[in-house]
Amino acid sequence: MTLYLLKRLAVLLASTAVAAVVVFAFMALLPGDPAEIALGVNATPEAVAELRRQFGTDRAPVAQFLDWAGGLLQGDFGTSYVTTAPVGPQIADRLGVTAVLVLGGMILALVIAVPLGTFAAVHHRNLLGAAISAVSQVGIAIPAFLAGILLVFVFAVQAQALPSGGYVPISENPAEWLRSLLLPWSSLGLVQGAVLTRYVRSAVLDVMREDYLRTARAKGRGSTGALWRHGLRNASIPVVTVLGLQLATLLVGAVVVERVFVVPGLGDLLLNGVAQRDLLLVQGVVMVLVAAVLLINFVVDVAYHLLDPRLR
Amino acid sequence: MRRIGIWIAVGGLLLSTAACGGGDAGTGGDGGAPAAQTLSVGFVAEPANLDFTSTEGVAIPQALLVNVYEGLVKLDQNGEIVPLLAEKWEVSDDRKSYTFTLRKNVTFSSGAPFTADDVVFSLERLKTDWKLKIAAQLDVIDTVEKTDDSTVVVTLERPSNGFLYTLATRLGAMFSRTGVSDLANKPVGTGPYVLGSWRRGDSIELKPNPTYWGTKPSASSVTLKYFKDATAMNNALLTGGIDVISNVQAPESLQQFADPNRFQTIEGTTNGEVVLSMNNGRPPFDDKKVRQAVRHAIDHQALLDTAWAGRGQLIGSMVPPTDPWYEDRTGDYPYDPAKAKELLGGKTYDVKMRIPNLPYAVNSAQVVKSQLAQVGINAEIEPLEFPARWLDAVFTQADYDLSIISHVEPRDMNIFADESYYFRYDNPEFGELLAAADEGTEEEQTELRKQAAKLLSDDAAADFLFLMPNLMVAKKGITGLPKNAISESFDFTGLAKQ
Repeated sequence: MTLYLLKRLAVLLASTAVAAVVVFAFMALLPGDPAEIALGVNATPEAVAELRRQFGTDRAPVAQFLDWAGGLLQGDFGTSYVTTAPVGPQIADRLGVTAVLVLGGMILALVIAVPLGTFAAVHHRNLLGAAISAVSQVGIAIPAFLAGILLVFVFAVQAQALPSGGYVPISENPAEWLRSLLLPWSSLGLVQGAVLTRYVRSAVLDVMREDYLRTARAKGRGSTGALWRHGLRNASIPVVTVLGLQLATLLVGAVVVERVFVVPGLGDLLLNGVAQRDLLLVQGVVMVLVAAVLLINFVVDVAYHLLDPRLR
Repeated sequence: MRRIGIWIAVGGLLLSTAACGGGDAGTGGDGGAPAAQTLSVGFVAEPANLDFTSTEGVAIPQALLVNVYEGLVKLDQNGEIVPLLAEKWEVSDDRKSYTFTLRKNVTFSSGAPFTADDVVFSLERLKTDWKLKIAAQLDVIDTVEKTDDSTVVVTLERPSNGFLYTLATRLGAMFSRTGVSDLANKPVGTGPYVLGSWRRGDSIELKPNPTYWGTKPSASSVTLKYFKDATAMNNALLTGGIDVISNVQAPESLQQFADPNRFQTIEGTTNGEVVLSMNNGRPPFDDKKVRQAVRHAIDHQALLDTAWAGRGQLIGSMVPPTDPWYEDRTGDYPYDPAKAKELLGGKTYDVKMRIPNLPYAVNSAQVVKSQLAQVGINAEIEPLEFPARWLDAVFTQADYDLSIISHVEPRDMNIFADESYYFRYDNPEFGELLAAADEGTEEEQTELRKQAAKLLSDDAAADFLFLMPNLMVAKKGITGLPKNAISESFDFTGLAKQ
């Protein structure tokens, strides 16, 4: 197990390093010059050249990369040209918001999916099980942003019960914080919950057909007891895979939901950064997202090992 | 029984969500006692930083000028220049020397007193520290001298009508000698507001300046809230999240706010001429006849009705009606497709229309395309990401045939005088008219600028689609909103809630 962990860790570090190179290279491909954009329609060529020198974007790409990567190793993301503020704290700030948004959505998805999916599997032959299955199908077809727009229309514009958007830090007002996140959480959670319900259902169905479960029942456990004791752990293996993938998708896909709900998260920061060609900021955000996705995969792989003794 | 149990659980979850919010519904809309007025105004563009001496973008002066920074003079709602930090000024007979008498007992928000030294400091910084090309508009300043603590004499190289006007823009903002170390994050000015907090990506809060020399604002806090999405901004007003939409991005959405018991719609004018630019520097639009054909081919009223729900004004040249030299030039090129075809001599052209991906440009481009097609000009629309791609391709490299953009700077006819500007319009006579206008008396200026605007229109240097309206929606009872957006700032000084 230790060896496996070490191996897996080495892969994680190597992928992160490769990702850094790729992220940097992509930034170089982005059309548009940050100095030109900062000065806009009123720039003189001399001022643009001077600003490029200040930004350091006039140097060779390799020098810029080494500078940036060296900083990253020390936890320094550099200082944004555009905002003149250090990039690291900005990302940390926004990452906190996005993490709360995504984790909240994920928890809601799990709370919906695990009981509903299991229920639908156990009762797959009767009407209610089929109904859950059908409703979750509809959920899959609705993208999170559309769910968001519909939720805003119903709960904010029509019922005037919840704010249509905006974000209040928890330190400022915990009640408002909760209120401002209910709709974003729901729009992510309901849709992801629908997707996850399908996976839970089919995983549980698969497990229910296994011989060991029949044996457990034969030895006198009730069908629920057998499923609870022997089935769910095995059923959770494919679900954890999907969960990892979903988490990664949510983290990156939160951009759209953040926009609908005016939540100042990482996605919003990324969009702003791209619009203003704040390259260091964009590089930093993308790097954090890539690292997060790699880390999630790492955790999922390790989780397999814990859940499935055959892999040990 | 178990089945029902789950449904009850799900239903309960939904109900409690709704109920939890429902309980707060009454207070959500109009929180805050009348004594502590907190107002929030929705905007589209958030400043990248707060330093308008080094970073372009309308969002910075919009938030800070007049509110946080003040100049010696400011523009009022009619476009008149009125005193601000200067109590009065005298102009010498040769109109080259301006003697400003400064208001006394004015302090910066840092506590430092505002004196003649700060005026000298601020105006000299234009040449040494400003990075934007617009700073050159005050190159006409020869010397700035302090006579005593409250008197400053500015001497010009030549008489200039634009000088005083330019002082009312961000270029005339007064900085403290001890307050410019971190302009990007910590503005220090003499204005009625100071920067309260800045939640990046979300909002900027302005607080009243407790040591302000003039009438203190009645609002205890004004929040500028930034929305990238027009629908999100509309929803925020509908649900009480904000009090004002500062600039409606989709006029067709106005019907949501039709209820006069809840909302008021305010329509004024701006300096934003929506220009159909034609590249005068390369075929086919280097040919005046082709440009004239374009102007005849476009039915401007139909375009305005379709693209911007009929809101706004037709102009015909690069002058908004709030400038003293405005003349109605919409009759110069009446809609006449037959005439346009005749000017084209039966030829057809294929051109590239490279537009910014902004709502007004995208809407207008569709109409322009279909109208030009009827006279034999086939325009291929290519939307470019704004600002990055558009600035690079169209503005900097002038690699385009047609484009559409709103030129929002005040009194910006002079951009046509620069032959390297992306219009590539090159008529020395136009530049001479403007130069003479700047040096002449006020009457001469008005007369000469009228001629310049006419020349621009006759030459068909570009087509002027319409003047962007200043469309605001506010909750009922909000007063003191600036109706016309004709200066660079969004003036919050009179904003109040009844």
